[in-house]
Amino acid sequence: MKTQKNEHELFLRKNKLKKIKIIVIQVSLLIFLIGLWELAAALGWIDSFITSSPSRIVAMLGKLSEQGLWVHIWTTLYECVIGFLLSTLLGIAIAVLLWCSELLRKVLEPYIVVLNSLPKIALGPIIIIWVGAGAKAIVMMTVLICIIVTVISTLNGLMATDEGKILLLRSMGANKWQILTKLVLPSSVPTFLSVLKINVGLAWVGTIMGEYLVSSAGLGYLIIYGGQVFKLDLVMTSTVILCVLAAAMYFVVALIEKFVRKT
Amino acid sequence: MEILKMENVSLTYQTAERETKAIENISLTIDDGEFIALVGPSGCGKTTILSLISGLIKPSQGTITLKDRPVTGPGHGVGYMLQKDMLFEWRTIEKNVLLGPEIGHKVDDEIKNEANELLRKYGLYEFRKHYPAQLSGGMRQRAALIRTLAMRPQLMLLDEPFSALDFQTRLNVCNDVYNIIKSEKKTALLVTHDISEAVSLADRVIVLSARPATVKKTFTIDLAQGPLLRRESAEFGKWFDLIWKEVVS
Repeated sequence: MKTQKNEHELFLRKNKLKKIKIIVIQVSLLIFLIGLWELAAALGWIDSFITSSPSRIVAMLGKLSEQGLWVHIWTTLYECVIGFLLSTLLGIAIAVLLWCSELLRKVLEPYIVVLNSLPKIALGPIIIIWVGAGAKAIVMMTVLICIIVTVISTLNGLMATDEGKILLLRSMGANKWQILTKLVLPSSVPTFLSVLKINVGLAWVGTIMGEYLVSSAGLGYLIIYGGQVFKLDLVMTSTVILCVLAAAMYFVVALIEKFVRKT
Repeated sequence: MEILKMENVSLTYQTAERETKAIENISLTIDDGEFIALVGPSGCGKTTILSLISGLIKPSQGTITLKDRPVTGPGHGVGYMLQKDMLFEWRTIEKNVLLGPEIGHKVDDEIKNEANELLRKYGLYEFRKHYPAQLSGGMRQRAALIRTLAMRPQLMLLDEPFSALDFQTRLNVCNDVYNIIKSEKKTALLVTHDISEAVSLADRVIVLSARPATVKKTFTIDLAQGPLLRRESAEFGKWFDLIWKEVVS
Protein backbone atom coordinates (compact mmCIF):
# COMPACT_ATOMS: atom_id res chain seq x y z
CA MET A 1 0.00 0.00 0.00
CA LYS A 2 2.84 2.31 0.92
CA THR A 3 4.75 1.69 -2.30
CA GLN A 4 1.57 2.25 -4.21
CA LYS A 5 1.14 5.65 -2.64
CA ASN A 6 4.73 6.51 -3.39
CA GLU A 7 4.27 5.48 -6.97
CA HIS A 8 1.23 7.69 -7.30
CA GLU A 9 3.10 10.61 -5.76
CA LEU A 10 5.93 10.01 -8.17
CA PHE A 11 3.50 9.99 -11.05
CA LEU A 12 1.96 13.28 -9.90
CA ARG A 13 5.35 14.89 -9.45
CA LYS A 14 6.41 13.72 -12.90
CA ASN A 15 3.27 15.20 -14.42
CA LYS A 16 3.81 18.48 -12.61
CA LEU A 17 7.43 18.64 -13.73
CA LYS A 18 6.37 18.07 -17.31
CA LYS A 19 3.92 20.99 -17.12
CA ILE A 20 6.52 23.27 -15.56
CA LYS A 21 9.02 22.28 -18.23
CA ILE A 22 6.63 23.27 -21.02
CA ILE A 23 5.89 26.66 -19.42
CA VAL A 24 9.59 27.36 -18.84
CA ILE A 25 10.41 26.58 -22.47
CA GLN A 26 7.51 28.71 -23.68
CA VAL A 27 8.60 31.73 -21.65
CA SER A 28 12.26 31.24 -22.57
CA LEU A 29 11.37 31.10 -26.25
CA LEU A 30 9.49 34.40 -25.95
CA ILE A 31 12.37 36.05 -24.08
CA PHE A 32 14.84 34.66 -26.60
CA LEU A 33 12.89 35.97 -29.60
CA ILE A 34 12.42 39.41 -28.05
CA GLY A 35 16.08 39.51 -27.04
CA LEU A 36 17.22 38.46 -30.50
CA TRP A 37 15.04 41.14 -32.06
CA GLU A 38 16.43 43.82 -29.73
CA LEU A 39 20.01 42.65 -30.25
CA ALA A 40 19.66 42.51 -34.03
CA ALA A 41 18.27 46.03 -34.04
CA ALA A 42 20.96 47.37 -31.65
CA LEU A 43 23.82 45.78 -33.62
CA GLY A 44 22.41 46.99 -36.91
CA TRP A 45 21.78 43.50 -38.37
CA ILE A 46 18.29 44.71 -39.23
CA ASP A 47 17.05 48.20 -39.95
CA SER A 48 14.93 49.16 -36.94
CA PHE A 49 13.28 51.88 -39.00
CA ILE A 50 11.52 49.08 -40.90
CA THR A 51 11.39 46.37 -38.24
CA SER A 52 11.10 48.52 -35.10
CA SER A 53 12.47 46.94 -31.92
CA PRO A 54 11.23 45.96 -28.46
CA SER A 55 12.74 49.04 -26.82
CA ARG A 56 11.19 51.32 -29.43
CA ILE A 57 7.84 49.60 -28.87
CA VAL A 58 8.11 50.24 -25.12
CA ALA A 59 8.99 53.88 -25.79
CA MET A 60 6.06 54.17 -28.18
CA LEU A 61 3.77 52.62 -25.58
CA GLY A 62 4.82 55.33 -23.10
CA LYS A 63 4.26 58.07 -25.62
CA LEU A 64 0.91 56.70 -26.77
CA SER A 65 -0.43 56.31 -23.26
CA GLU A 66 -0.11 60.06 -22.88
CA GLN A 67 -1.86 60.62 -26.18
CA GLY A 68 -5.09 58.70 -25.73
CA LEU A 69 -4.00 55.11 -26.25
CA TRP A 70 -6.90 54.04 -24.04
CA VAL A 71 -9.38 55.62 -26.41
CA HIS A 72 -8.04 53.53 -29.26
CA ILE A 73 -7.98 50.33 -27.22
CA TRP A 74 -11.47 50.97 -25.88
CA THR A 75 -12.84 51.75 -29.37
CA THR A 76 -11.55 48.51 -30.88
CA LEU A 77 -12.45 46.38 -27.89
CA TYR A 78 -15.94 47.83 -27.77
CA GLU A 79 -16.56 47.25 -31.48
CA CYS A 80 -15.17 43.74 -31.26
CA VAL A 81 -17.18 42.68 -28.21
CA ILE A 82 -20.43 44.16 -29.54
CA GLY A 83 -19.88 42.49 -32.91
CA PHE A 84 -18.99 39.21 -31.22
CA LEU A 85 -22.06 39.19 -28.97
CA LEU A 86 -24.44 40.34 -31.70
CA SER A 87 -23.28 37.80 -34.27
CA THR A 88 -23.20 34.92 -31.78
CA LEU A 89 -26.69 35.61 -30.42
CA LEU A 90 -28.23 36.39 -33.82
CA GLY A 91 -26.47 33.45 -35.48
CA ILE A 92 -27.69 30.99 -32.85
CA ALA A 93 -31.21 32.41 -33.06
CA ILE A 94 -31.22 32.00 -36.85
CA ALA A 95 -29.85 28.46 -36.55
CA VAL A 96 -32.63 27.55 -34.09
CA LEU A 97 -35.23 28.98 -36.50
CA LEU A 98 -33.75 26.94 -39.34
CA TRP A 99 -33.79 23.83 -37.13
CA CYS A 100 -37.49 24.40 -36.45
CA SER A 101 -38.56 24.63 -40.08
CA GLU A 102 -37.37 22.15 -42.67
CA LEU A 103 -38.96 24.27 -45.41
CA LEU A 104 -37.05 27.38 -44.35
CA ARG A 105 -33.84 25.33 -44.12
CA LYS A 106 -34.21 23.94 -47.62
CA VAL A 107 -35.21 27.30 -49.11
CA LEU A 108 -32.33 29.23 -47.54
CA GLU A 109 -29.63 26.60 -48.11
CA PRO A 110 -28.26 27.99 -51.41
CA TYR A 111 -28.33 31.55 -50.03
CA ILE A 112 -26.28 30.53 -47.02
CA VAL A 113 -23.80 28.65 -49.20
CA VAL A 114 -23.29 31.71 -51.43
CA LEU A 115 -23.04 34.12 -48.49
CA ASN A 116 -20.52 31.82 -46.85
CA SER A 117 -18.19 31.77 -49.84
CA LEU A 118 -18.55 35.51 -50.55
CA PRO A 119 -15.57 37.49 -49.26
CA LYS A 120 -17.34 39.79 -46.83
CA ILE A 121 -14.76 42.57 -47.31
CA ALA A 122 -16.27 43.07 -50.76
CA LEU A 123 -19.37 44.40 -49.04
CA GLY A 124 -17.34 47.23 -47.43
CA PRO A 125 -18.49 50.07 -49.68
CA ILE A 126 -22.11 48.94 -49.44
CA ILE A 127 -21.91 48.86 -45.66
CA ILE A 128 -20.43 52.36 -45.49
CA ILE A 129 -23.13 53.76 -47.75
CA TRP A 130 -25.93 51.99 -45.91
CA VAL A 131 -25.02 52.49 -42.26
CA GLY A 132 -22.52 55.32 -42.58
CA ALA A 133 -18.84 55.52 -41.69
CA GLY A 134 -18.04 54.88 -38.06
CA ALA A 135 -18.40 52.30 -35.33
CA LYS A 136 -21.72 51.06 -36.79
CA ALA A 137 -20.03 50.06 -40.05
CA ILE A 138 -17.26 48.25 -38.20
CA VAL A 139 -19.66 46.31 -36.00
CA MET A 140 -21.65 45.48 -39.12
CA MET A 141 -18.52 44.10 -40.81
CA THR A 142 -17.74 42.00 -37.72
CA VAL A 143 -21.27 40.62 -37.64
CA LEU A 144 -21.19 39.78 -41.36
CA ILE A 145 -17.95 37.87 -40.99
CA CYS A 146 -19.02 35.89 -37.92
CA ILE A 147 -22.68 35.26 -38.45
CA ILE A 148 -22.69 32.87 -41.41
CA VAL A 149 -20.14 30.57 -39.81
CA THR A 150 -22.12 30.74 -36.56
CA VAL A 151 -25.34 29.77 -38.32
CA ILE A 152 -23.73 26.89 -40.21
CA SER A 153 -21.83 25.37 -37.28
CA THR A 154 -24.70 25.80 -34.84
CA LEU A 155 -27.21 24.30 -37.24
CA ASN A 156 -24.92 21.31 -37.83
CA GLY A 157 -24.71 20.83 -34.08
CA LEU A 158 -28.48 21.06 -33.61
CA MET A 159 -29.15 18.66 -36.47
CA ALA A 160 -26.72 16.12 -35.00
CA THR A 161 -29.02 15.49 -32.01
CA ASP A 162 -29.48 11.77 -31.36
CA GLU A 163 -32.49 10.59 -33.40
CA GLY A 164 -33.26 7.94 -30.81
CA LYS A 165 -33.66 10.55 -28.08
CA ILE A 166 -35.96 12.60 -30.32
CA LEU A 167 -38.00 9.44 -30.93
CA LEU A 168 -38.18 8.83 -27.18
CA LEU A 169 -39.49 12.36 -26.52
CA ARG A 170 -41.98 12.11 -29.37
CA SER A 171 -43.28 8.81 -27.99
CA MET A 172 -43.87 10.65 -24.71
CA GLY A 173 -46.01 13.11 -26.63
CA ALA A 174 -43.51 15.99 -26.67
CA ASN A 175 -44.12 18.91 -29.01
CA LYS A 176 -41.45 20.65 -31.06
CA TRP A 177 -40.81 23.30 -28.42
CA GLN A 178 -40.27 20.66 -25.73
CA ILE A 179 -37.91 18.70 -27.99
CA LEU A 180 -35.97 21.91 -28.58
CA THR A 181 -35.71 23.06 -24.99
CA LYS A 182 -35.41 19.72 -23.19
CA LEU A 183 -33.15 17.92 -25.65
CA VAL A 184 -31.73 19.76 -28.64
CA LEU A 185 -30.45 22.89 -26.88
CA PRO A 186 -28.90 21.17 -23.83
CA SER A 187 -27.26 18.49 -25.97
CA SER A 188 -25.78 21.20 -28.21
CA VAL A 189 -23.87 22.99 -25.44
CA PRO A 190 -20.50 21.67 -26.75
CA THR A 191 -21.39 23.13 -30.16
CA PHE A 192 -22.17 26.52 -28.62
CA LEU A 193 -18.84 26.50 -26.83
CA SER A 194 -16.89 25.71 -29.99
CA VAL A 195 -18.84 28.41 -31.86
CA LEU A 196 -17.82 30.91 -29.18
CA LYS A 197 -14.17 29.98 -29.65
CA ILE A 198 -14.32 30.29 -33.43
CA ASN A 199 -16.11 33.63 -33.15
CA VAL A 200 -13.53 35.13 -30.81
CA GLY A 201 -10.97 34.84 -33.59
CA LEU A 202 -13.31 35.88 -36.38
CA ALA A 203 -14.63 38.92 -34.47
CA TRP A 204 -11.11 40.34 -34.33
CA VAL A 205 -10.67 39.75 -38.06
CA GLY A 206 -13.93 41.58 -38.71
CA THR A 207 -13.17 44.50 -36.39
CA ILE A 208 -9.68 45.18 -37.72
CA MET A 209 -10.86 44.74 -41.31
CA GLY A 210 -13.68 47.19 -40.61
CA GLU A 211 -11.24 49.67 -39.10
CA TYR A 212 -8.99 49.38 -42.15
CA LEU A 213 -11.97 50.31 -44.28
CA VAL A 214 -13.37 53.14 -42.27
CA SER A 215 -12.33 54.53 -38.91
CA SER A 216 -10.96 57.53 -37.07
CA ALA A 217 -9.89 55.66 -33.95
CA GLY A 218 -8.97 52.16 -32.85
CA LEU A 219 -6.01 49.83 -33.13
CA GLY A 220 -6.78 49.00 -36.76
CA TYR A 221 -6.80 52.72 -37.46
CA LEU A 222 -3.40 53.14 -35.75
CA ILE A 223 -1.95 50.28 -37.83
CA ILE A 224 -3.21 51.68 -41.13
CA TYR A 225 -2.18 55.23 -40.21
CA GLY A 226 1.26 54.06 -39.04
CA GLY A 227 1.74 52.17 -42.30
CA GLN A 228 0.79 55.18 -44.38
CA VAL A 229 3.20 57.56 -42.64
CA PHE A 230 5.87 54.82 -42.38
CA LYS A 231 5.90 54.78 -38.59
CA LEU A 232 6.63 51.08 -38.06
CA ASP A 233 6.96 51.62 -34.30
CA LEU A 234 3.30 52.56 -34.22
CA VAL A 235 2.31 49.58 -36.38
CA MET A 236 4.27 47.11 -34.25
CA THR A 237 3.07 48.58 -30.95
CA SER A 238 -0.57 48.39 -32.04
CA THR A 239 -0.07 44.82 -33.24
CA VAL A 240 1.42 43.80 -29.89
CA ILE A 241 -1.52 45.35 -28.02
CA LEU A 242 -3.87 43.52 -30.38
CA CYS A 243 -2.15 40.24 -29.59
CA VAL A 244 -2.63 40.81 -25.87
CA LEU A 245 -6.30 41.77 -26.27
CA ALA A 246 -7.11 38.82 -28.53
CA ALA A 247 -5.40 36.44 -26.13
CA ALA A 248 -7.27 37.96 -23.18
CA MET A 249 -10.63 37.57 -24.90
CA TYR A 250 -9.86 33.97 -25.84
CA PHE A 251 -8.88 33.34 -22.24
CA VAL A 252 -12.22 34.71 -21.02
CA VAL A 253 -14.10 32.39 -23.40
CA ALA A 254 -11.94 29.45 -22.28
CA LEU A 255 -12.83 30.31 -18.67
CA ILE A 256 -16.53 30.35 -19.57
CA GLU A 257 -16.09 26.97 -21.22
CA LYS A 258 -14.40 25.53 -18.16
CA PHE A 259 -17.18 26.86 -15.95
CA VAL A 260 -19.96 25.48 -18.19
CA ARG A 261 -18.31 22.06 -18.47
CA LYS A 262 -18.09 21.86 -14.71
CA THR A 263 -21.82 22.45 -14.18
CA MET B 1 -58.94 -8.09 -20.08
CA GLU B 2 -57.82 -6.77 -23.42
CA ILE B 3 -55.24 -4.03 -23.34
CA LEU B 4 -54.32 -3.76 -27.00
CA LYS B 5 -56.24 -4.68 -30.08
CA MET B 6 -54.91 -4.35 -33.63
CA GLU B 7 -57.43 -5.11 -36.35
CA ASN B 8 -56.38 -5.67 -39.96
CA VAL B 9 -53.64 -3.08 -39.70
CA SER B 10 -51.63 -2.33 -42.84
CA LEU B 11 -49.02 0.29 -43.54
CA THR B 12 -47.70 1.39 -46.88
CA TYR B 13 -45.08 4.06 -47.15
CA GLN B 14 -43.89 6.04 -50.12
CA THR B 15 -40.38 6.75 -51.29
CA ALA B 16 -39.24 8.44 -54.50
CA GLU B 17 -38.53 5.06 -56.11
CA ARG B 18 -41.50 3.02 -55.04
CA GLU B 19 -44.38 2.27 -52.79
CA THR B 20 -43.40 -0.15 -50.03
CA LYS B 21 -45.80 -2.33 -48.11
CA ALA B 22 -44.23 -2.51 -44.68
CA ILE B 23 -46.90 -4.49 -42.88
CA GLU B 24 -50.02 -6.15 -44.14
CA ASN B 25 -53.23 -7.11 -42.43
CA ILE B 26 -51.93 -7.65 -38.92
CA SER B 27 -54.42 -8.49 -36.22
CA LEU B 28 -53.44 -9.24 -32.67
CA THR B 29 -54.65 -8.75 -29.15
CA ILE B 30 -52.71 -8.49 -25.93
CA ASP B 31 -54.32 -9.20 -22.57
CA ASP B 32 -53.64 -7.48 -19.30
CA GLY B 33 -50.40 -8.68 -17.71
CA GLU B 34 -49.19 -10.60 -20.73
CA PHE B 35 -45.63 -10.56 -21.98
CA ILE B 36 -45.57 -10.86 -25.76
CA ALA B 37 -42.54 -11.17 -28.02
CA LEU B 38 -42.53 -10.30 -31.72
CA VAL B 39 -39.83 -12.06 -33.72
CA GLY B 40 -39.15 -12.13 -37.41
CA PRO B 41 -36.45 -11.76 -40.04
CA SER B 42 -34.51 -8.52 -39.85
CA GLY B 43 -36.06 -5.60 -41.66
CA CYS B 44 -39.54 -7.13 -41.59
CA GLY B 45 -41.14 -4.14 -39.90
CA LYS B 46 -41.12 -5.11 -36.23
CA THR B 47 -40.14 -1.63 -35.12
CA THR B 48 -42.77 -0.17 -37.45
CA ILE B 49 -45.44 -2.07 -35.50
CA LEU B 50 -44.21 -0.47 -32.27
CA SER B 51 -44.27 2.97 -33.88
CA LEU B 52 -47.87 2.36 -34.96
CA ILE B 53 -48.95 1.25 -31.49
CA SER B 54 -47.26 4.23 -29.85
CA GLY B 55 -49.08 6.55 -32.23
CA LEU B 56 -45.93 7.95 -33.84
CA ILE B 57 -47.20 6.91 -37.27
CA LYS B 58 -50.72 6.27 -38.48
CA PRO B 59 -51.74 3.03 -40.21
CA SER B 60 -52.84 3.14 -43.85
CA GLN B 61 -55.65 0.77 -42.99
CA GLY B 62 -57.13 -0.87 -39.93
CA THR B 63 -57.60 0.24 -36.34
CA ILE B 64 -55.54 0.11 -33.19
CA THR B 65 -57.23 0.45 -29.82
CA LEU B 66 -55.59 0.75 -26.45
CA LYS B 67 -57.96 -0.11 -23.60
CA ASP B 68 -60.96 0.48 -25.89
CA ARG B 69 -59.73 3.91 -26.99
CA PRO B 70 -58.43 4.35 -30.53
CA VAL B 71 -54.79 5.39 -30.76
CA THR B 72 -54.67 8.84 -32.35
CA GLY B 73 -51.26 10.13 -31.39
CA PRO B 74 -48.29 9.59 -29.07
CA GLY B 75 -48.24 10.16 -25.34
CA HIS B 76 -51.29 8.17 -24.25
CA GLY B 77 -50.67 5.20 -22.02
CA VAL B 78 -47.79 3.70 -23.95
CA GLY B 79 -44.22 3.54 -22.62
CA TYR B 80 -41.51 3.09 -25.21
CA MET B 81 -38.13 1.61 -24.31
CA LEU B 82 -35.45 1.67 -26.98
CA GLN B 83 -32.26 -0.22 -27.81
CA LYS B 84 -30.01 2.21 -26.05
CA ASP B 85 -31.02 3.63 -22.69
CA MET B 86 -31.33 7.16 -24.15
CA LEU B 87 -30.69 8.76 -20.77
CA PHE B 88 -29.94 12.49 -21.00
CA GLU B 89 -26.37 12.96 -19.82
CA TRP B 90 -27.01 16.44 -18.39
CA ARG B 91 -29.87 15.30 -16.16
CA THR B 92 -29.56 13.42 -12.91
CA ILE B 93 -31.11 9.95 -12.75
CA GLU B 94 -34.02 11.41 -10.80
CA LYS B 95 -34.64 14.06 -13.46
CA ASN B 96 -34.29 11.49 -16.23
CA VAL B 97 -36.87 9.28 -14.59
CA LEU B 98 -39.31 12.21 -14.37
CA LEU B 99 -38.91 13.12 -18.04
CA GLY B 100 -42.18 11.52 -19.15
CA PRO B 101 -44.39 13.22 -16.56
CA GLU B 102 -42.53 16.49 -17.25
CA ILE B 103 -43.40 16.30 -20.94
CA GLY B 104 -47.03 15.69 -20.04
CA HIS B 105 -46.96 18.51 -17.44
CA LYS B 106 -47.93 16.00 -14.80
CA VAL B 107 -45.12 16.42 -12.28
CA ASP B 108 -46.57 16.63 -8.78
CA ASP B 109 -45.65 15.30 -5.36
CA GLU B 110 -47.57 12.11 -5.97
CA ILE B 111 -45.64 11.20 -9.12
CA LYS B 112 -42.36 12.27 -7.51
CA ASN B 113 -43.00 9.95 -4.59
CA GLU B 114 -43.94 7.19 -6.97
CA ALA B 115 -40.74 7.66 -8.95
CA ASN B 116 -38.67 7.72 -5.77
CA GLU B 117 -40.43 4.57 -4.61
CA LEU B 118 -39.52 2.85 -7.88
CA LEU B 119 -35.92 4.01 -7.58
CA ARG B 120 -35.77 2.72 -4.01
CA LYS B 121 -37.37 -0.61 -4.90
CA TYR B 122 -34.98 -1.28 -7.75
CA GLY B 123 -31.76 -0.18 -6.11
CA LEU B 124 -31.17 3.20 -7.71
CA TYR B 125 -32.32 5.50 -4.93
CA GLU B 126 -28.79 6.22 -3.70
CA PHE B 127 -27.86 7.11 -7.26
CA ARG B 128 -30.78 9.46 -7.88
CA LYS B 129 -28.53 12.53 -7.75
CA HIS B 130 -25.88 10.91 -9.97
CA TYR B 131 -25.48 11.50 -13.67
CA PRO B 132 -25.92 8.64 -16.16
CA ALA B 133 -22.19 8.57 -16.97
CA GLN B 134 -21.54 7.51 -13.36
CA LEU B 135 -23.67 4.35 -13.71
CA SER B 136 -22.91 0.94 -15.20
CA GLY B 137 -24.63 -0.26 -18.37
CA GLY B 138 -27.01 -2.49 -16.46
CA MET B 139 -27.96 0.26 -14.01
CA ARG B 140 -28.52 2.68 -16.86
CA GLN B 141 -30.92 0.27 -18.53
CA ARG B 142 -32.74 -0.16 -15.22
CA ALA B 143 -33.02 3.63 -14.95
CA ALA B 144 -34.45 3.71 -18.48
CA LEU B 145 -37.00 1.10 -17.44
CA ILE B 146 -38.00 3.13 -14.36
CA ARG B 147 -38.34 6.19 -16.60
CA THR B 148 -40.79 4.18 -18.72
CA LEU B 149 -42.68 2.98 -15.61
CA ALA B 150 -42.95 6.54 -14.26
CA MET B 151 -45.20 7.33 -17.22
CA ARG B 152 -47.72 4.86 -15.74
CA PRO B 153 -48.05 3.06 -19.05
CA GLN B 154 -50.85 0.62 -19.76
CA LEU B 155 -48.62 -1.07 -22.28
CA MET B 156 -44.82 -1.14 -22.43
CA LEU B 157 -43.14 -1.40 -25.80
CA LEU B 158 -39.61 -2.81 -25.69
CA ASP B 159 -37.58 -2.40 -28.87
CA GLU B 160 -34.61 -4.76 -28.52
CA PRO B 161 -33.76 -3.17 -25.18
CA PHE B 162 -30.84 -5.53 -24.51
CA SER B 163 -29.09 -5.52 -27.87
CA ALA B 164 -26.65 -2.75 -26.96
CA LEU B 165 -25.36 -4.66 -23.91
CA ASP B 166 -22.59 -7.26 -23.77
CA PHE B 167 -23.67 -10.88 -23.27
CA GLN B 168 -23.04 -11.15 -19.50
CA THR B 169 -24.83 -7.91 -18.74
CA ARG B 170 -27.58 -8.80 -21.16
CA LEU B 171 -28.63 -11.94 -19.26
CA ASN B 172 -28.68 -10.05 -15.97
CA VAL B 173 -30.52 -7.01 -17.29
CA CYS B 174 -32.97 -9.26 -19.12
CA ASN B 175 -33.75 -11.03 -15.84
CA ASP B 176 -33.97 -7.68 -14.06
CA VAL B 177 -36.35 -6.17 -16.55
CA TYR B 178 -38.55 -9.25 -16.56
CA ASN B 179 -38.84 -9.28 -12.77
CA ILE B 180 -39.55 -5.57 -12.58
CA ILE B 181 -42.25 -5.72 -15.26
CA LYS B 182 -43.87 -8.71 -13.56
CA SER B 183 -43.77 -7.20 -10.09
CA GLU B 184 -45.27 -3.96 -11.40
CA LYS B 185 -47.93 -6.11 -13.15
CA LYS B 186 -47.30 -4.40 -16.46
CA THR B 187 -48.20 -5.61 -19.91
CA ALA B 188 -45.29 -5.72 -22.33
CA LEU B 189 -44.67 -6.13 -26.04
CA LEU B 190 -41.07 -6.99 -26.85
CA VAL B 191 -39.54 -6.79 -30.30
CA THR B 192 -36.38 -8.83 -30.78
CA HIS B 193 -34.38 -10.73 -33.35
CA ASP B 194 -32.94 -12.92 -30.60
CA ILE B 195 -35.11 -16.03 -30.44
CA SER B 196 -33.62 -17.31 -27.19
CA GLU B 197 -34.48 -13.97 -25.60
CA ALA B 198 -38.06 -14.27 -26.84
CA VAL B 199 -38.40 -17.84 -25.52
CA SER B 200 -36.89 -16.94 -22.15
CA LEU B 201 -39.23 -13.97 -21.58
CA ALA B 202 -42.54 -14.27 -23.34
CA ASP B 203 -45.88 -15.87 -22.57
CA ARG B 204 -46.59 -15.82 -26.29
CA VAL B 205 -44.18 -15.50 -29.20
CA ILE B 206 -45.59 -14.08 -32.41
CA VAL B 207 -43.58 -14.89 -35.53
CA LEU B 208 -43.77 -12.41 -38.37
CA SER B 209 -43.08 -13.07 -42.02
CA ALA B 210 -40.58 -11.18 -44.15
CA ARG B 211 -41.74 -7.85 -45.52
CA PRO B 212 -44.56 -7.07 -45.82
CA ALA B 213 -44.96 -8.35 -42.28
CA THR B 214 -47.92 -10.59 -41.55
CA VAL B 215 -48.54 -12.78 -38.53
CA LYS B 216 -47.19 -16.18 -39.47
CA LYS B 217 -47.72 -18.15 -36.31
CA THR B 218 -48.24 -17.67 -32.60
CA PHE B 219 -46.62 -19.91 -30.00
CA THR B 220 -47.84 -20.11 -26.42
CA ILE B 221 -44.81 -20.91 -24.32
CA ASP B 222 -45.81 -23.07 -21.34
CA LEU B 223 -42.50 -23.14 -19.53
CA ALA B 224 -41.79 -22.12 -15.94
CA GLN B 225 -41.71 -18.34 -15.40
CA GLY B 226 -38.50 -16.33 -15.37
CA PRO B 227 -35.75 -16.08 -17.97
CA LEU B 228 -32.99 -17.79 -15.97
CA LEU B 229 -35.21 -20.76 -15.04
CA ARG B 230 -36.36 -21.06 -18.61
CA ARG B 231 -32.88 -21.02 -20.05
CA GLU B 232 -32.00 -23.95 -17.79
CA SER B 233 -35.08 -25.97 -18.65
CA ALA B 234 -34.76 -29.05 -20.86
CA GLU B 235 -37.48 -27.89 -23.22
CA PHE B 236 -35.84 -24.53 -23.93
CA GLY B 237 -34.00 -25.93 -26.96
CA LYS B 238 -37.15 -27.51 -28.34
CA TRP B 239 -38.97 -24.17 -28.30
CA PHE B 240 -35.98 -22.42 -29.78
CA ASP B 241 -35.84 -24.88 -32.72
CA LEU B 242 -39.58 -24.69 -33.31
CA ILE B 243 -39.59 -20.92 -33.51
CA TRP B 244 -36.34 -20.68 -35.41
CA LYS B 245 -37.70 -23.01 -38.11
CA GLU B 246 -40.81 -20.88 -38.37
CA VAL B 247 -38.75 -17.71 -38.72
CA VAL B 248 -36.46 -18.98 -41.49
CA SER B 249 -39.02 -21.04 -43.43
